[in-house]
Amino acid sequence: MKALVLACLMFPLASLAADLEATLTIKDHQFTPSELKVPAGKKVKLLVSNLDSTPEEFESHELNREKLVAGNGKVTIYVGPLAPGKYPFYGEFHDKTARGVIVAE
Amino acid sequence: MFGSAIIVFRESLEAALLIGIIAAATRGLTGRNLWLAIGIGAGLGGALVVAGLTETIAEMAEGAGQELFNAAILGIAVLMLGWHNIWMATHGREMAAQAKSMGHAVKSGQREMSALAILIALAVLREGSETALFLYGLAAGDGSSRVSMLSGGLLGLAAGIGAGWVLYSGLARIPLRHFFTVTSALILFLAAGMAGQMARLLIQGDLIRPLASPLWDSSSLLPMDSFLGNLLHIFAGYEARPSGMQVLFYALTFLVILFGMRWSRPRIPQAT
Repeated sequence: MKALVLACLMFPLASLAADLEATLTIKDHQFTPSELKVPAGKKVKLLVSNLDSTPEEFESHELNREKLVAGNGKVTIYVGPLAPGKYPFYGEFHDKTARGVIVAE
Repeated sequence: MFGSAIIVFRESLEAALLIGIIAAATRGLTGRNLWLAIGIGAGLGGALVVAGLTETIAEMAEGAGQELFNAAILGIAVLMLGWHNIWMATHGREMAAQAKSMGHAVKSGQREMSALAILIALAVLREGSETALFLYGLAAGDGSSRVSMLSGGLLGLAAGIGAGWVLYSGLARIPLRHFFTVTSALILFLAAGMAGQMARLLIQGDLIRPLASPLWDSSSLLPMDSFLGNLLHIFAGYEARPSGMQVLFYALTFLVILFGMRWSRPRIPQAT
């Protein structure tokens, strides 16, 4: 356990570099844009805002990310640095309509 | 209806399986059922509060509130699971084998159970708040499908609890000689997996570095959304694309608990 705590303490300043930002919007259980281009090899600060009144869960196995977005809420999700390629994501609570892909290039 | 059943099933499954394992591992401790009920009840109450505070929690710590909150819960859970395993390595065998040591075991068993009640409360709180939020979203939505979606949710919840029960009765059938080995191994993997999840959340909130990301990609061999991948994810923390930091958290937790168990095992010759 001590080693774990130590590992946490060793990297508190990981976020000093300026972040690239990208925005996703959820409306009527759909993501806009449904295809989001980001530069490969860089960490990206993803801002997800939910304009629906119902909650959504942003999820992507490819990005290894999962986060709740409250109804009419906003969240920040850090992704990457990503190797060039396609990274699909979806809203777990409405996975038929809420689908999109991040393209790293 | 089927869709909402699956979502609620998935959300409730993790907590239900954890409760199943803990309930099996604490077989024979006095007052176990009461402590389990207290843990589940407190967790459900807490889940409703946390679901109501989702927006507030998300905005804390410059947008990393949700990650920090869940990582803290996982951190406490890892500590308690680790402690439970080390405690069991000391007391488990004597407790199961001899009635004469029960006096001592019962006393320290109560402390053990109260700690495990907290663990269960936290697990129910974490998974339950997501389920509550999802069901609330359904209830707040409009349309005639509401009733069928909600009943689907209840069906999913029942299936999750059923899975926990199946695991419990399966574990309870294991002969006593192997019982503690099996439950300890399950809990060891569970704790390591939780530590890995904790690292993932801290990376997602940009609180620690991912190191290599991903360290490997086994998604074509064993995808996360396959049945086996999902099962291994829940029980052993399997990730198809883990970051280096996740693997580091996983391995360190695994080794620390394992050595703790070895080190605290009483040095009496084992009856064969």
